[in-house]
Amino acid sequence: MKKKIAYGVTGLILGCIFLFPIYILIMNSFKTTKGIFTDVLGFPAKETFTLENYKNAFQELDYIRSFMNSLLITVVTAVLVLLISAMAAWVFVRYKTKASKIIFLIFAGSMLIPFQCVMLPLVGFASKIGLLSRGGLIFMYMGFQTSMAIIMFHGFIKNIPEELEEAATIDGCGSIRLFISIVLPLMRTIIVTVAVINVMGTWNDFLLPSLIINKQGLQTLPLKTYLFFGQFAKRWDLASAGLVMCMAPIIIFYLFSQKYIVKGITEGAIK
Amino acid sequence: MRKSKLRFWGFLAPSLIAFCIVVIIPTCIGFFYSLTNWNGIVGSDVKFVGFQNFIDIFTRDDSFVHAFLFTALFSVCAVVLVNLVGFGLALLVTQKFRGATLLRGIFFMPNMIGGLLLGFTWQFIFISIFEAFSKKTGIAAFSGWLSNTETGFIGLLILTVWQMSGYMMIVYIAQIQQIPESVKEAARIDGANSWQLMRYIILPLMMPAFTIGLFLSISSSFKMFDQNLALTQGGPYKSTEMIALNIYNSAFGANEFGFAQAKAIVFLIIVAGIGITQLVITKRKEVEM
Repeated sequence: MKKKIAYGVTGLILGCIFLFPIYILIMNSFKTTKGIFTDVLGFPAKETFTLENYKNAFQELDYIRSFMNSLLITVVTAVLVLLISAMAAWVFVRYKTKASKIIFLIFAGSMLIPFQCVMLPLVGFASKIGLLSRGGLIFMYMGFQTSMAIIMFHGFIKNIPEELEEAATIDGCGSIRLFISIVLPLMRTIIVTVAVINVMGTWNDFLLPSLIINKQGLQTLPLKTYLFFGQFAKRWDLASAGLVMCMAPIIIFYLFSQKYIVKGITEGAIK
Repeated sequence: MRKSKLRFWGFLAPSLIAFCIVVIIPTCIGFFYSLTNWNGIVGSDVKFVGFQNFIDIFTRDDSFVHAFLFTALFSVCAVVLVNLVGFGLALLVTQKFRGATLLRGIFFMPNMIGGLLLGFTWQFIFISIFEAFSKKTGIAAFSGWLSNTETGFIGLLILTVWQMSGYMMIVYIAQIQQIPESVKEAARIDGANSWQLMRYIILPLMMPAFTIGLFLSISSSFKMFDQNLALTQGGPYKSTEMIALNIYNSAFGANEFGFAQAKAIVFLIIVAGIGITQLVITKRKEVEM
């Protein structure tokens, strides 16, 4: 019993330390500049409480549009990456040819290449073939994210017995129907796990979109946050409200998908 | 069963094409560019300069070597702290007490937020909150954060521990849960105290997870970019610039794309070296077990 209380108290203290940055951000986002200056640690007082920060940050970030841009890119990327990676992983597992093994190794090995190594030639090359657009960005995400997804799918499909597919083939089922109506449904759980990890990565990414999308009005939330910060460097009243608004979507997403994220990390780490 | 070649290549094609255009071709072009004076401007001529860029990394411009040393020192400290804290958190939340599950969620949460937002958030804390705290209590140590190399370094370290230890916690929880209760029970019956239980039962059985945690944290500390850009911008005077930011700055700040690409190749060798070492060690461990 005593032990349980000790654990509980330790946990409570650590929990507070971990939440402190978020707490302080939210508190100050409701204060005027003067309020932050006079008392940065406490709750907003009656005379320093304001909602103006949110109103202004909302406008400056062009919030709805940036949010929709991020959402569009994240969702389309996730759907395409999952589809092409599931297709590739399936044939990698079912074909035990030399070509299959070598290409799979190249995919896996490429995960050692740091982004900075590909960044400059890719941007130079992309501007030549007209890939500096949202479509181009999504295409690049497909190329970058497919390796990780293939590896995770590969590990999962290995444990699905082939008999079902063989039976369906004997009954005259073609490749595409076989994949869509037999293989994909069996992969449901792993698809959700990979989707969640993928969504997190794309939503939070800053560097790649900053190199590819430079048109006003097409920027994603992280890009807008960066520009916003450059503009209002020492305006912490506006900045804290802006930061809270940018964090909110991903934290809400986290509350709903926690289970899958934990599963994804555990499975990914074991590989 | 008849398996057609057409199906294999047909299903592989979409990901293989995207992967080749986005990763393989640029990597190959990158090796070529690292041997030129490419400045990134479309239409300007690119001259072949041999290994001059690689020589320059170590002679003309000492910023890369400095960034490397800074990154290496940072990574060593970050790896130790992140894994210690992560393991401690994992031990705590696998105990049975009320709120343990909620705590797991809280400890992991910082991981969800992008590095850029985290960097800006901590910039606010180090600059405004610490300053206010210093004024209130009169402790000078909390004043002037991020304005010199030491506080910039410690600041990055605090941010990293706050962000990554929750991730390591999840990795360690998975391993802790695989230790059978009966083994611990048997040790207790044999009269092992909690320290002996930890030292002789739990720690040895945790080794596979430590290998994973170690390499996960070392490669993410080495590749860190967003947090560095948002928290310190590498300042003051480039003294807290890490490798990824250094490459970025010599390309987009100084327009020396060829030179930056040569640095990127050296970076690739370092990161790949770490990754391959991990593979070798993990494989050897598997044989032993």
